[in-house]
Amino acid sequence: MSTQTRPAMGWFVADTLAVTRRHILKITRVPESLFFSLIQPVMFVLLFAFVFGGAINVGEGGARAYREYLIPGIFAQTVMFAVAGITVGITTDASKGIMDRFRSLPMHPGAVLAGHTLASLVQNILVLFVLSVTGFAVGWRIHGSFADAALAYFVLALFAYAVTWIGAWVGLHMPNPEVASTAGLAWLFPLTFASNIFTPIATMPGWLQPIALWNPVSCIALSARKLFGNPLPQMGNSFPETHTVPLTIAYAFILIGIFAPLAVRAFKTRNSASRA
Amino acid sequence: MTLAISARGLTKHFGEVKALNGIDIDVEQGTVVGLLGPNGSGKTTTVRILSTLLQSDAGSATVGGFEVGTQPDQVRNVIGLTGQYAAVDEYLTGRENLELFGRLFHLSKADAKTRAAELLERFDLTDAADRSIKGYSGGMRRRLDLAASLIGRPQVLFLDEPTTGLDPRSRQGMWEVIESLVADGTTVLLTTQYLEEADQLASRIIVLDHGNVIAQGTADELKNQVGGDRIELVVTNAADSQRAADVLAKFGSGPAQVDAEARKVLLPVAGGSNAIIDVIRSLDEHGIAIADIALRRPTLDDVFLSLTGRSAEDESVAGPPARGRRGRRGGN
Repeated sequence: MSTQTRPAMGWFVADTLAVTRRHILKITRVPESLFFSLIQPVMFVLLFAFVFGGAINVGEGGARAYREYLIPGIFAQTVMFAVAGITVGITTDASKGIMDRFRSLPMHPGAVLAGHTLASLVQNILVLFVLSVTGFAVGWRIHGSFADAALAYFVLALFAYAVTWIGAWVGLHMPNPEVASTAGLAWLFPLTFASNIFTPIATMPGWLQPIALWNPVSCIALSARKLFGNPLPQMGNSFPETHTVPLTIAYAFILIGIFAPLAVRAFKTRNSASRA
Repeated sequence: MTLAISARGLTKHFGEVKALNGIDIDVEQGTVVGLLGPNGSGKTTTVRILSTLLQSDAGSATVGGFEVGTQPDQVRNVIGLTGQYAAVDEYLTGRENLELFGRLFHLSKADAKTRAAELLERFDLTDAADRSIKGYSGGMRRRLDLAASLIGRPQVLFLDEPTTGLDPRSRQGMWEVIESLVADGTTVLLTTQYLEEADQLASRIIVLDHGNVIAQGTADELKNQVGGDRIELVVTNAADSQRAADVLAKFGSGPAQVDAEARKVLLPVAGGSNAIIDVIRSLDEHGIAIADIALRRPTLDDVFLSLTGRSAEDESVAGPPARGRRGRRGGN
């Protein structure tokens, strides 16, 4: 028995895949966790499609138009809430000492987080698929070209991947899983609700409109609406409305560029006084 | 003498809390050294620094010949770490856990499989190997955790309170496993708050208190610091206590102490259990009736008490030691 030699980049890939496999195995062992990550977006679809939908007016087409407007919004919300699983998962690993075990191994320091975020991406792609089926069932349709639809799913998956790095970074700073599942996710709510996911921005008070317009969550939803060919009620011609897709992709890369290095640094230097 | 671990002036402060105040530690290759101390004495901090998880504020350390601060990757190649929690993935099976850690230790796929099977066999986990950890008992989890730390055949193994929270039978099992590792030549640095555990496993003991090394040596050397064995006897008639002390003086390795009120005589002896036979015979010849007699060896608890003025098992932050404890040992 001997340890193998490989260039550092080769190890990064090998270690990342080993960690990814761990998390994918976990999804198959605890299908409930996947089920519950699906339940919330599906409930939101049903709630807004059938309960609140009638009260929100997006112009011509009535309830059916609202459902077509709504589903891309739920996609955006789901992509953002994808952060919950990894935030809590990372804090749980840290509190159980698994993080310390990884850190005491001669593995690539970036691989633990890269593997975890990659596994989250796989799970989120699955969630997006189930959500699309649900949307289809309530009357949502893709009207655009195949290429546009593929780009829409790419943007959604890319953004889901970007926010998991925020989750990884936040998760490394949480003292325990209980705090991680509450305080660690608190930032999500203002961000997702001050957006166009449920209602057009033109219906909001004037001071909130620019915030909502530039909010990345609005950009994700608007990108999806444009690319899927869904209703675009009360559109203006501000920069985020005219350059939505490139702006959304830029947001995703900026988030990865900021939070991936921060999270890896936090992982490497995790100094826990409480366990000393 | 080759040192597997050598630390000089290790210092670590967490804000106002001084976890380590410049401690020196040497561990000879192939030996077990026990870090003994109450909660908050700096044991875990020491292990975390030596296993590259934590950077020290000052001082330096080498493990397996590599600098902990500047060559962490090389250090990680030669160490194994078992922390206070069973650091394994609950939802994976025992085998999957070991294979995962094997792969991350950069064994080939085939080697990781073989090594996992070997370790499962050795730790008596083969039957449970393909069940998820969720169904494992506490003792099984700890064994798997220890197996995981041995994946890379470490030269130096850190065990941070390996038996805390285990029932006595599982603890005995862990001890046997640790003893077998040492027989294979692994160097072990073990932390414990159980005096008995340090006594059983460690060839040398370093006593930590508030981030300082307050004593070190073999268990016997430490015990000798507080004096050797003592015969503790209680005479039936209070009037006999002084007479008993006079009669027994010749067997003692030091002056006997008499507590007439408690009818108690304490006699330091060198001969251990042989001395007790002489003492009983002599008391019988002189017609001194006794209510109780015992040979008492100093425990590491006595060592700790004599070094710090409080018991090792008292919480270090709990203020002055409980009166009962002191009172009971006050006469020693």
